[in-house]
Amino acid sequence: MNTLSATWRHPDFRAGIKDMAAISLGMSAWALVTGVAMVQSGLSIPLALLMTFSVFAGSAQLAALPLMAVGAPIWVVWATGFCVNLRFVIFSAQWRPFFMRFPLLQRVALGYLSADLSYVLFMKRYREPHVGAGQIEYFLGGACINWFGWQTASVAGILLSNVVPVHWGLGFAGVLALLGLTYSLLSDRATALAAAVAGGAAVAAFALPLRLNIVVAIAAAVCVGLLIDGRGNLGRRDAARDGSAG
Amino acid sequence: MSEFESFVTLLGLTAITVLTRSFFMLSERELRLPDWVNRGLRYAPLAALMAVVVPEIVMSHGHLITTFKDARLYAAAVASAYFFWRRGILGTIVSGMAVLIPLKLGLGW
Repeated sequence: MNTLSATWRHPDFRAGIKDMAAISLGMSAWALVTGVAMVQSGLSIPLALLMTFSVFAGSAQLAALPLMAVGAPIWVVWATGFCVNLRFVIFSAQWRPFFMRFPLLQRVALGYLSADLSYVLFMKRYREPHVGAGQIEYFLGGACINWFGWQTASVAGILLSNVVPVHWGLGFAGVLALLGLTYSLLSDRATALAAAVAGGAAVAAFALPLRLNIVVAIAAAVCVGLLIDGRGNLGRRDAARDGSAG
Repeated sequence: MSEFESFVTLLGLTAITVLTRSFFMLSERELRLPDWVNRGLRYAPLAALMAVVVPEIVMSHGHLITTFKDARLYAAAVASAYFFWRRGILGTIVSGMAVLIPLKLGLGW
């Protein structure tokens, strides 16, 4: 990585900020509601602040809070958090070619900063790793604005939990942001069908404990995707192209 | 949960965030995935996002909603229409919320 000031002035760092800024508006509304939810589910303010600054994963936090509020066993909270975060394990396989040239601690830090937004924006812009092409600067620009936007709104929610109008449904802005991100990953009929299957499976299997419905949804969608890929040349060609691109 | 139990739980959740987000970047060894896994990876991120998003739109308290008087349905429909029309995520969020908030505050949906 370059020095900090060189990174700051890099045009791709600015581009990362610009691309992320629009979407992080929706995420900020979600963070605000997450902040409120932490305090209202019974966490003390110091613990709520610890949670936002360390856990830094909105959907996992929202899944864990009701469990903690009713005093569920700790391993249940952890297993639930793991299932909700499972998508990041998948994302990390795709981050790997871009980040492997850094030492371990920096890779872990980059991974920690990479959320849904960074993943979708980055993978749309870059298909293959190139050293010195501004990729890392672009990532850091987006990740910085995402982190500041999220933490500012989350802390505001924690401190102002009594006055934030949660009944407006502000948290839905985060869902809409994720919905838009998901749509932008649709590239053809196979991905659209896989997405529909995943959505249906997640709802149908919702009664499973530990948010295992997410695991079921991923498995179902991958099966459907592979079945479509396996049939006909079009799917194969797409897969080959995507495979070579990373 | 006691303050201490909550503290331990949060430490664990932090470890889970760190571990899941850097999972396949931890080892230096070459990552050789079978071909079908590589092809499957094309669908997995999309599926994981859908699995988080869809229940937030069509379920409440762990059950599929049984009413059309739910502001989230209309907000998601308008947001989807906007996305496929203009492809902008900011507009997707803003148009959806512009439908959601009046329905919620005005009609109590």
